[in-house]
Amino acid sequence: MAMMRYAEALNQALREEMQRDSSVFLFGEDIGRYGGVFKVTKGLMDEFGESRVRDTPISEQALAAMAVTASMTGTRPVLEIMYADFMPLVLDALINQASIYEYLWQNVTMPFVLRTQGGGGAGAGAQHSKSLDSLVAHIPGIKVVAPVTPADAKGLLKSAIRDSQPVIFLEHKLLYNLRDEVSDDPELLVPIGKAKTVREGTDVSIFATSRMVLESQKAAELLAQDGISAEVIDLRTLRPLDLDAITASIARTHHAVVVNEGWRFCGYAAELSATIMDFAFDNLDAPVARVTLPDMPVPYAEPLELSVLPNAARIADAARATLK
Amino acid sequence: MKNSPSLDEQLEMHRKMVIVRRLEERLGELHKAGRTRGPIHRCDGQEAVGIGATAVLGTSDFVTSTHRGHAHYIGKGVDIRGVTAEILGRATGTCGGRAGHMLIGDRDNGMIGGNAIVGGSIPAATGMALSIQVRGTADVAMCFFGDGAAQTGICHESMNMAGLWKLPVVFILEHNQFGLTVHHTVQSPVADLSIRAAGYAMPAEIVDGNDTVAMYRAVATAVERARRGEGPTLIEAKTYRMQGFSTSDMGGYQSDADLAEWNRRDPIQVSRRGLADAVSAERLDQIEAGAVAEVDAAVEEALAAPLPTFELFTRSSPYATAPEAV
Repeated sequence: MAMMRYAEALNQALREEMQRDSSVFLFGEDIGRYGGVFKVTKGLMDEFGESRVRDTPISEQALAAMAVTASMTGTRPVLEIMYADFMPLVLDALINQASIYEYLWQNVTMPFVLRTQGGGGAGAGAQHSKSLDSLVAHIPGIKVVAPVTPADAKGLLKSAIRDSQPVIFLEHKLLYNLRDEVSDDPELLVPIGKAKTVREGTDVSIFATSRMVLESQKAAELLAQDGISAEVIDLRTLRPLDLDAITASIARTHHAVVVNEGWRFCGYAAELSATIMDFAFDNLDAPVARVTLPDMPVPYAEPLELSVLPNAARIADAARATLK
Repeated sequence: MKNSPSLDEQLEMHRKMVIVRRLEERLGELHKAGRTRGPIHRCDGQEAVGIGATAVLGTSDFVTSTHRGHAHYIGKGVDIRGVTAEILGRATGTCGGRAGHMLIGDRDNGMIGGNAIVGGSIPAATGMALSIQVRGTADVAMCFFGDGAAQTGICHESMNMAGLWKLPVVFILEHNQFGLTVHHTVQSPVADLSIRAAGYAMPAEIVDGNDTVAMYRAVATAVERARRGEGPTLIEAKTYRMQGFSTSDMGGYQSDADLAEWNRRDPIQVSRRGLADAVSAERLDQIEAGAVAEVDAAVEEALAAPLPTFELFTRSSPYATAPEAV
């Protein structure tokens, strides 16, 4: 075990998988010589060369489409899209290309990973602060993960690279400097599709991913001061969902709060809410509560941005409301 | 002449063109009789582009195609019976009826595959060429796309990277004059789109797209260059779409004079004239009759084949939204 930052854990996962499998290669904007805008790929071009770690032109549409077919023909590309806000540029590659071929052709696999980072709180403005989880989690045939801890970041990225299907790997710009213990065992993987209970509780279940897990843990502390026992589940994988973990938790607490940093209308929280209605309705004592960004652009100035981002206080309020 | 096809190769290209033409004609008849499903994009008059270009390739080379891909499929070696059955939505089709005529893919033959998002074939082949370069094999990727697709932004992005990294890809611009119903003069300020290649540091050549031998020669040079690691080439094949955009096209925008002129340059007749000195008319008739019979048999077989049945996905399938599909 070693203490390391989230960005370093991702770097270690990439290095280990590139050492293990020569078909793994990285491409994206600023990832080579500069080591990535968030330094996730630091040092990798020096170690693996310019063929396997490529700086690219600013051409997201083509890059994503190329990842799809490169993965279909014997390599395991890991593409970095610098901001999740640029994901609309790559949606054709995901929706009209990657999503369809395993069904239509059946004897193809598409083992590529698209890494990107989203989320607010850094003063990056309306085109560099969004969480567009629902946009990618909507697509059949594509897996979506969003780890919050350095250990899960490493273990899930390694699983994503070894997976035979497309995986969208969602990072958060406020998590890169988060430090925690990470295993140095190169074969320690975190399975895709498995949630993790980060705090056990008996009164209400809070479901979240990425940075919202941290806010949910703080919310649970606030709720504990009021004598409310909140369970916090880090879903870790947005698709495929760990439905068993969700229903088991609700069977214990009978109350559910779903948290997502994206928009509310047709958002990821809406899907979680509907899924809970589908599979855990009989165990619910109150309607599912949603905590999300309001349906508006992320503003720039700090007091404005902090007014719209979901946070511990809002999550705690939502939990209290379900218990009334 | 350098890179000329052998007589056997020329005869095989001729046979495959007749197969594709017969398939298109039979599909036209079946559509009129209400026995097809959805739109079908025929490539009558354009057969020499796909057949001539793919004749240069080996099985391990990759081809990406468009919504108008029948000549590309047959040229790359996909079984005519599978293609016909797929177009007719049968369980015996190349893709079990899941794909339809625009999206046929056959990994074993390197045809991956049809792509009905205009422009989609361009980054697809470029990505395959990137994979080839990273793995260090001598294969090539071949991209078919049209003059309509040449106007997409993704075309520029892809060709820029192909030229920048000297990727082993051959771009075949199948210039059939129309993007859906709109003439190329209303879509681009330049008649010869291949002049753009200079901006990507790649060589370009304008070729008579109705002449399989001319296609073969130009593409063979481009493929050799790609295999040597010297990078991409843009081949602009000038041809003409004799039928409408699809079987649902109402027509009325193609001039009689143009149709007559291009009919005079029909690629099958061009091929026959090119073979006249070396092969008797009887032998060519025999080859053509054999090709027609093969397509007719494939059509009869497909029409008699079962329709596919829908199967639920298992929980481990990428398409299963657990657990309702378990």
